[in-house]
Amino acid sequence: MTTVLIRLMLLFGGLSMLAFGGGSGVLPDMQRASVDHYHWLTNKEFLDMFAISRAQPGPGSLIVVLIGLKAAGLTGAMLSFAAMFAPPSVLVFAVARFWHRAAATAWRQVVERALAPVAVGLTFASGLALMRQTEHGLVPWGVSAISAALFSFTNINPLLLLAGGAAVLLLAGT
Amino acid sequence: MGNRATGQASLWSLFTSFVRIGMAAFGGGLAAWTRREIVEERGWLDDRQFLSGYALSQLIPGATNVNLAVFIGAQMRGLAGAVACFLGLTAPPVLLTLVIGYFYLHSQSHATGAWVSPVLAGMGAVAIGLSLGTGVRLGRHIRGMIPIAVTTIVSLSIGVFDYSLVHVLLVMMPLSLVLAWATRSR
Repeated sequence: MTTVLIRLMLLFGGLSMLAFGGGSGVLPDMQRASVDHYHWLTNKEFLDMFAISRAQPGPGSLIVVLIGLKAAGLTGAMLSFAAMFAPPSVLVFAVARFWHRAAATAWRQVVERALAPVAVGLTFASGLALMRQTEHGLVPWGVSAISAALFSFTNINPLLLLAGGAAVLLLAGT
Repeated sequence: MGNRATGQASLWSLFTSFVRIGMAAFGGGLAAWTRREIVEERGWLDDRQFLSGYALSQLIPGATNVNLAVFIGAQMRGLAGAVACFLGLTAPPVLLTLVIGYFYLHSQSHATGAWVSPVLAGMGAVAIGLSLGTGVRLGRHIRGMIPIAVTTIVSLSIGVFDYSLVHVLLVMMPLSLVLAWATRSR
């Protein structure tokens, strides 16, 4: 059991620092290690767990909690969570403190002006990429476009949009 | 770009704000919810501060929105703030995941209801819309030919032409920095 815990910690701790751009990039490595290499779970279970973690509020990389739970029970789940989330968080914290101290400096103003257009581009990119990844038929495409427009130009509560989108697809029977 | 927001926040309000953000973002759109709560509802940060936090959170490995929560908490209240935001965003979904995972692993069939998939698809489609809408809202602050060009190139190269995030950032970040430095107000 201790061996499994150490393996979980090393696997997810290592992958956490490679998870650039969110975390979906390390999913194939996670699958290879936990299914093919360590045999903690079957491929079907991995895919089900992926769907479950995607349906959760919160980050998609919470799949590590489920992998840990299957591999080594509650201890495995908590340890996997810590291994996946602690290292990047410590790094962000260090950057944030440094950033905070640089509040009035000229270089931070320049960096902020440089980051802004990149960040807006990334926001659009994540929407566009999701649109291409998922099988987007005409109905979901319309739902995306209409909710983008409503969210951009009105103060509508996004929960209403989510409920509406779910209802539309239920009725459309896709 | 408006005044610098200098909102004060208690640890409890940071925690509960991120609980709300996390629970609201079923199916995605976390950045949209975070901006709505932190910039519009609470006024803790302005759009420029939010944007730089969001971009830095993308540059650092790890889940972007967890990084953003830690970043905002650290800016507002140091270590305790970072912990409060981190726990607020992650604790409820972790508990929920554990409960669902328990039932999943202990059910024989491993079956999930058939109605779940259109509901998830619908919410996913809206989440995509929220992401694009947040881009539109944040994009109102992007003025001038050069920043608009940078935004467009980043959006299309990753979102449409499938270049990897790392490669795009490696090229566009230095470029954007040089351009911002060259066009700084004296």
